[in-house]
Amino acid sequence: MTLFYIFAAVAILASLLVIGQRNPIYSVLLLIASFGALSGLYVLLDAPFVAVIQIVVYAGAIMVLFLFVVMLLNAPHEDTEYDERVHPLLRPGPMRFGAALAVGLLVELVWALTRGTDTGDFPDASVSSVAAIGQSLFTDYAFAFEVTSILILVAMVGAVVLARREGPR
Amino acid sequence: MTPLLVAQIVLTLFVFFMLLNSAAVMVYVERKVAALLQQRLGPYLVGPKGLLQPLADVIKLMFKEELRPKAADAFLFALAPIIAATCAFAAFAVVPFGADTTLFGWLPSAMHLQVAEVNVAVLVVFAIASMSVYGIVLAGWSSNSKYSLLGGLRASAQMISYELSYGLALASVLLIGNSLSLRELVNGQAGTWLGVIPRWYLFLQPVGFVIYLTAGIAETNRAPFDFPEAEQELVAGYHTEYSSMSFAMFFLAEYINMVTVSAVATDLFLGGWHGPFLPESLGWIWFLLKVSAILFFYVWMRWTLPRYRYDQLMAFGWKVLLPLAVVNLLVTAAGVLYFAT
Amino acid sequence: MPTLGNYLLLSAILFAIGTAGVFVRRNLITILLSIEIMLNAVNLTFVAFGRALGSADGQIIVFFVMTVAAAEAAVGLAIIIALFRHKESLNPDSFTSLRW
Repeated sequence: MTLFYIFAAVAILASLLVIGQRNPIYSVLLLIASFGALSGLYVLLDAPFVAVIQIVVYAGAIMVLFLFVVMLLNAPHEDTEYDERVHPLLRPGPMRFGAALAVGLLVELVWALTRGTDTGDFPDASVSSVAAIGQSLFTDYAFAFEVTSILILVAMVGAVVLARREGPR
Repeated sequence: MTPLLVAQIVLTLFVFFMLLNSAAVMVYVERKVAALLQQRLGPYLVGPKGLLQPLADVIKLMFKEELRPKAADAFLFALAPIIAATCAFAAFAVVPFGADTTLFGWLPSAMHLQVAEVNVAVLVVFAIASMSVYGIVLAGWSSNSKYSLLGGLRASAQMISYELSYGLALASVLLIGNSLSLRELVNGQAGTWLGVIPRWYLFLQPVGFVIYLTAGIAETNRAPFDFPEAEQELVAGYHTEYSSMSFAMFFLAEYINMVTVSAVATDLFLGGWHGPFLPESLGWIWFLLKVSAILFFYVWMRWTLPRYRYDQLMAFGWKVLLPLAVVNLLVTAAGVLYFAT
Repeated sequence: MPTLGNYLLLSAILFAIGTAGVFVRRNLITILLSIEIMLNAVNLTFVAFGRALGSADGQIIVFFVMTVAAAEAAVGLAIIIALFRHKESLNPDSFTSLRW
């Protein structure tokens, strides 16, 4: 139980700091810390494969992509017409409204998720094996798997085309 | 405090200590082998045959002044070598290096010679290898100097490109071995064919071994793929602005990554700790010999081959190694299907 | 032992934090990062329910969500690069004209 609290606290704290940091590089690094905590939570939920895949795909690839873009763009701070010294979450107007909406969403989610389903203890289950996941993935979800590969191809082509500089014609 | 717990704590500390020592030994081996390949003597003044040279190097590094450029981002500048060194040590935590042992009967039950037994060990090694990119890219960025930034970005782009071939070579072995646990993969290589040829996956997957080792050399930024830290082209790449112990940590991380890649290659392709003439409980001696052979190969490659230029390096990784790894995977899958029926 | 309710509460909090980030922050990169937080909260819900119902389907859906998140992050970042090249700003409020 203490492990759950530690991982949950790290995840929440890191996510709060992600949206509160001015420097996007720190945001990216804090998000990696949050992903690490989530990976620990997946291990607690008897899903070691998803835990490792989370590190390999999210923390190891997607966040590297974010880091590259932030470094190449080299625009460390957002420029706004608001006062730079006041923290973004404390500014008046639309900012406070956005924060209030988020709190409202939280209350609503907690209400919705805790009614209807039995949110008691987990049943005893063994650690799910990678073989079972593979079996299911390549038989029941084979179509989705193949479509995902086309999705990645499309995304690759799209990213290259969108980020390309117009060469001399 | 059961004897097993004590033994496991001692084993963890022992592995950590041995990894540190292996980095020191590699420093000496590299310089001596380089010297012999270049027909000169190498270190011979400090201690008998120069054996105390790594000690002298470490002491020198410890006494150097720790510098930080004024415009560098202080937190990231300090964090980057820590990430690099931590990931290097952490990757070795799931690598088994010997058969189960009861330490000559002192323990009630057999203990794995492995810091942590995980049933997805191969994926964990891969995951931590992909995390070590951050040490380099943050070092390049936080130094706030053009050589460092270029070196850092190039090194991390190289590492993530070769990770693909690395993973596909691993996947080919997994198809044959049918398990993600390194210990089970090694135990699947016990025994011999016809009494003479050991059942190593090297003989079933020769192309896979070559791909894995090449991708491993590129992952650890060693020659001939060490353009990002090339002295002649980039001053020193991403660790230009580092000195003293921070530089030592990058150095350490590189050597320990080499040891980890060699250890995983030994476990996956060369039969781990299985070998003739010695009982199972002394299998770690075979493991040590095999890892040393691959490390010698690493050093030999560095001082024999010229360095790849960066665009040649990336072209090789994407246009040659990756298709080869995919084809290897397909052929392996076909072979497994054919021979299983 | 943590119950399903604990995991769902954590997931709801993370989702709300992500939403707050998207609403409040005026920096395109941070908005994308907040979207990633939201996707991760959803992943956690899937895995928790998968464990509670005893099937591996939760983890398989997580696999697909991760793939889609990777594709979306790649394309989103490419768009940000294109936008930045045009206007040298990462503030969504500065892209106000319908013409390029």
